[in-house]
This record gives sequence, structure tokens and C-alpha cells, in this order.
Amino acid sequence: MRRMARFLPAAALLSLAARAEAHFITTGLGPVYDGIAHLVMSPADVALVVALTLLAGMRGARAGRTILAVLPVSWLAGGLAGLELPAAEGPAGATGACFFLVGALVAADRNLSLGVVAALAAAVGALEGYLAGSSLLATPSGGLELLGGLAALLVIVTLVAGAVVSLKVFWARIAVRVLGSWIAATGLLMLGWTLRNAR
Amino acid sequence: MRATRATARRAHRLNPRLALAAALASISTDAWAHAQVGRASGFLTGFLHPVSGLDHVLAMISVGVWGAQLGAPAMWVLPVAFPMVMALGGTMGLLGIPLPGTELGVALSATVLGAMVLAEARPPLWVAAAVVGVFAVFHGHAHGTELPAGEDGLLYSAGFVVATGCLHGVGIAIGLVHRWASGRLALRVAGAIVALAGLFFVWRLFR
Repeated sequence: MRRMARFLPAAALLSLAARAEAHFITTGLGPVYDGIAHLVMSPADVALVVALTLLAGMRGARAGRTILAVLPVSWLAGGLAGLELPAAEGPAGATGACFFLVGALVAADRNLSLGVVAALAAAVGALEGYLAGSSLLATPSGGLELLGGLAALLVIVTLVAGAVVSLKVFWARIAVRVLGSWIAATGLLMLGWTLRNAR
Repeated sequence: MRATRATARRAHRLNPRLALAAALASISTDAWAHAQVGRASGFLTGFLHPVSGLDHVLAMISVGVWGAQLGAPAMWVLPVAFPMVMALGGTMGLLGIPLPGTELGVALSATVLGAMVLAEARPPLWVAAAVVGVFAVFHGHAHGTELPAGEDGLLYSAGFVVATGCLHGVGIAIGLVHRWASGRLALRVAGAIVALAGLFFVWRLFR
């Protein structure tokens, strides 16, 4: 019986194998959940959203609140444009360049104005949203998947911004800067990788 | 009567493991091919790459130890600057931009950084950052040239950078013993060992 008890969860987990496709994830729970899974399982999207939120969070509560409004709205606007316009891959290395730019700003911990942070969030959010929308063109319920992605993005931004704004101890701020340098370094390597593959 | 009720309750008690297994099995969907491949392997391969070379490991840990010896702000400036400069070297390697004496630079990095730890050298911050930055370019270039094709660029790069950062973290953690006299002595001995290992790497190059 004990053997059976061990075997059953393993068998159940094996039976969980979900339908897998090239550019989107099917959870079996509907398009909204597919959209959530798509964003959460896309490390590039998550890392960029986290980096932007870290940048805003380090500038204080006001910037944190601003990005909470700007990033999801710009991401949604970009996503809707991506759903409507012909499919496009976006400029080569755009994600890598965004990683580098935002990560370097986090690492540098410069006192950026609220307008600069908001403009950066709007531009990067619109670009990433557009790429996400374009990747959902082939799916039958792209709009709902986009909505799911937006919900996931909103949760990530809220949690990360809240966590970073509340950081008071010196070493925690240093840890965020180190994380920013890692994101920037990853972006630079991604850029090199993209340029090598483009040759 | 009471015994009968207890037996009945036991009979109706749900086996939690069985219930979990049944619930999981009930949400299964059909399996298709071709997606999300190479993610774990990309990150893990990238993560293991810096850890697999002793020359890299010794140099990275020495950066952390030296930073801890120097104290703030060097302790965090070096680990913040190093990954970005290393990535610059890595990008050069990826693009095939030649860097003369890459292997020598990597081997010398352990020698020089070990010597810095041994001597408890305290140069100005910009000099320390420049020394570490120059060697970071060599390390990055060596790894950028070796990066395998076909891996997930983002995850491989992230694993690579995170592993390097973790090695710095290990170095800083080791370097915290600097506050005790015996710890300072131990760090200097460790620095001497790293410098000797670096000399061995150099000797092996010219053998």
C-alpha cells in the first residue's frame, strides 16, 4: 500500500503533461490562464518587468505608484497594437538592449526624475507588449490571453514595487543594485548572442 | 456502538495522497511536442560554465575576498561592476573580436588577485576597479568565445552571470573573517595559495 501511495502521485504528475506549442502555453484552463502562464513562463518578459519595477521602486513610493499605472497601460496598448497590426518580430536585439539599459540604470542607482522613469517604462512596456501581442496573433483568443498576461504583469509589478519601496537597510539596496548589474550583463550577452546569430 | 461509528468514520476518511493524485490526474491534457525546450538546460549549462574552470573560480572568489578586505564601498562596487565588464568581454568573444593573450590574462588574474589578497593591498577605489575590470574583460572574452551554439541565449547568459555573482558572494562571505586577526592571517594564506595556483596556470600555458 505504501508503494502504491508513492506511485500514485508520480503517475498523476506524469499524466499532467500539457499540450506544448512553439510560442504559447496551453494550461487547459482557458485563454486567460494561458495568458498568465505565457507571461510567467517567459523569463525575458518577467525579468524586464522586474527590472523596470526595481528601477522605479528604488526611486521611492511615488515612482512605484507611477509605474504601477504606466507599465500595465503601455503594455496593454502595445499588446493590442500587436494583435491588430501585421505580425512583426521587432528590431533584432531589442530585448537585450532593454535589459542592458534598464539593468545598468538600476546598478548605477542614479537619481532619475519621475518623468524619465515613467517615459522609460512606457516605451519598454509598449515594445514588450507589442511583441507579446504579435506572438498571440495565431491564437484564437488572443485578447483574453493578453488580458491574462496583463493580470500577471500587474501582480508582479505590485509585489516587486512594494517590496523594493519598503527596503530600508543599506545592504538590501546594494543587493538590488547587484541584481541590476546581473540583468545588464545578461542583456549585453543577449545582445552579443543576437548579433552573432544575425551574421 | 461507539466502535462501529469509529470504524465507519475511518472507512469514509479520504486518503489525502489518493485524493491529490486523483485531482492531478483529472486535469491532464494531451501532450504535444516542440515547446519550451532547452530552458532548464540553458540556465544550468550557463550556470555550470564558470564553475567548471578552476582559474575562473579562484579569480572570482578572490575578487570577493579582496572586496571584503577593502571594505565598503569596494566590497559592493567590485561585484556590481565586474559582471557588466565581463559581459562586455563576453560580447566581444561572441562577435569574434580578437583579444590578444586571453588565456594569459585569465591565468594572470588569479596570480594578481591572489597577490592583492596576500598583500592586503589598498589602492584607490578606481585602481582596484580598473584591475578587476581588465581581468573581467579577459574572463568574459574567454567564456564568450566558448559559448555553445543552440542554447537559449537569455537563460544561458543569466545562468552564466548568476554563477559568477554567486562566486563573488562566496568570496565576500569568506572575506568577512577579515574582522578577526586569525581571519586576516587565514585570508593572506589563502591569497598566497591562489597566487601560486595562478603561477601554475601561467606555467602550464608556456609548458
